[in-house]
Amino acid sequence: MLLIPCPWCGPRDEIEFSYGGEAHIAYPAEPDELSDAQWADFLFMRHNPKGDFSERWYHSSGCRRWFNVIRSTVTHEIRAVYRVGEPPPEAGS
Amino acid sequence: MRASGMSFDGSGFWRAAEPKPAYEVVVVGGGGHGLSTAYYLARNYGITDVAVLEKGWLGGGNMARNTTIIRSNYLWDESAAIYEHSLKLWEDLERELEFDIQFSQRGVLNLAHDLGDVRSSLRRVNANRLNAVDGEWLSPAEVANFCPIINISPDVRYPVLGATLQRRGGVARHDKVAWAYARAADRLGVDIVEHCEVRGFDVRQGHMTSVETSRGSIRATKVALAAAGHTSVLASMLGLRLPLQSHPLQALVSVLLEPVLNCVVMSNAVHVYVSQADKGELVMGAGIDAYNSYAQRGSFHVIEHQLAAAIQLFPIFRNAKLLRTWGGIVDVSPDASPILGTTPIDGLFLNCGWGTGGFKATPGSGHVYAETIANGKPGPLAQPFALERFETGALIDEHGAAAVAH
Repeated sequence: MLLIPCPWCGPRDEIEFSYGGEAHIAYPAEPDELSDAQWADFLFMRHNPKGDFSERWYHSSGCRRWFNVIRSTVTHEIRAVYRVGEPPPEAGS
Repeated sequence: MRASGMSFDGSGFWRAAEPKPAYEVVVVGGGGHGLSTAYYLARNYGITDVAVLEKGWLGGGNMARNTTIIRSNYLWDESAAIYEHSLKLWEDLERELEFDIQFSQRGVLNLAHDLGDVRSSLRRVNANRLNAVDGEWLSPAEVANFCPIINISPDVRYPVLGATLQRRGGVARHDKVAWAYARAADRLGVDIVEHCEVRGFDVRQGHMTSVETSRGSIRATKVALAAAGHTSVLASMLGLRLPLQSHPLQALVSVLLEPVLNCVVMSNAVHVYVSQADKGELVMGAGIDAYNSYAQRGSFHVIEHQLAAAIQLFPIFRNAKLLRTWGGIVDVSPDASPILGTTPIDGLFLNCGWGTGGFKATPGSGHVYAETIANGKPGPLAQPFALERFETGALIDEHGAAAVAH
């Protein structure tokens, strides 16, 4: 089980959280202008790296707030945690 | 040349081939799907100038890590067609490959625990029958009659309100399936190259020209990916975006026990699927871990959740000791259906996204993938599973409705 450092509550067990998948996928600014291929990319295509991954977590049994994590998909090590709206820290790049 | 391919008399089931400078087709991934693809390329299409490249050892990935369940009782027409095609191939596979793969049609029960389960199960049985896939609905008493050790008491957290039964479903010994396909493909001239990792591709003007590997460059104008959980890693080398996420999926076995379980039992709601191996181990699968991972290990709380439900369903398991647990990496697609077909790169073929249920598809997947590679376009069974469906919106939503634990 992961120990996830919630930016508001501190380190808590993984079972308190829900997973939100890849981070930084913004809703299209001009949705009416998108082609079917662009919609497919927005809705379905995802990065799936073997290595550091920017992902969203939701503290569903805690403060009920979303935040972002950079975590290795190989070692599961959490390299950085940052709030929604903040750019990814350099540590994860 | 090294001997390779464990066999019981020490002679080897296949040659340990050295990679040649060029092949007509290179299959990336020496698991069940890659091996069956190579076999059907050779047998059905006479394409024998084929290499199967495996970065580890043959059948050492998900092929050796699954819970060996075989069934075809999927809801949608497209899924029923491809999985039933696969099941029909299973039914003749021991004769065709001349190999005892311990294929056993002992029946697969899918339990229903609430009214929603009951309704979707009945709908699925009816859909199956319309597609000439065998299926029956069993009442709780009939469930207990078919599988006496299931607890059908209404006084439990997940009561059994009934189950679907596919009598033609069952299990096979997974690693023997890999060896059987490897031996058959090898005999037809296919080179099986283990410990050969693909590290890059050479694409010129949109055409596949060669594969860069840990054992040198190999020219090929047709490259067929069959890499399951690592498909995204290969696709990223090609700049190809895919709708896949890789997750750990765990399984576990008990110590050897007397025969107690005569069929396969699956429960969608409680994420348990269990059968008993011929030598006596209870073989159980869990749900996936929520997060993306390539670590081939899952979290213990997933197993804990699964076992709590399993013990209530099967009180007789209460004192069984756990022998070992392990994880595989499954590539999950947005509609829980596979992605199979051509790609925007000429000569690059894709077979991935089988998620938690690829083992049962081993023969059918390879069969239709070989057809796609040989003809340069998919046949009628593969066509609905093309990557383009995420653009057209023609998804094949098998989440839950497929009676599988996701």
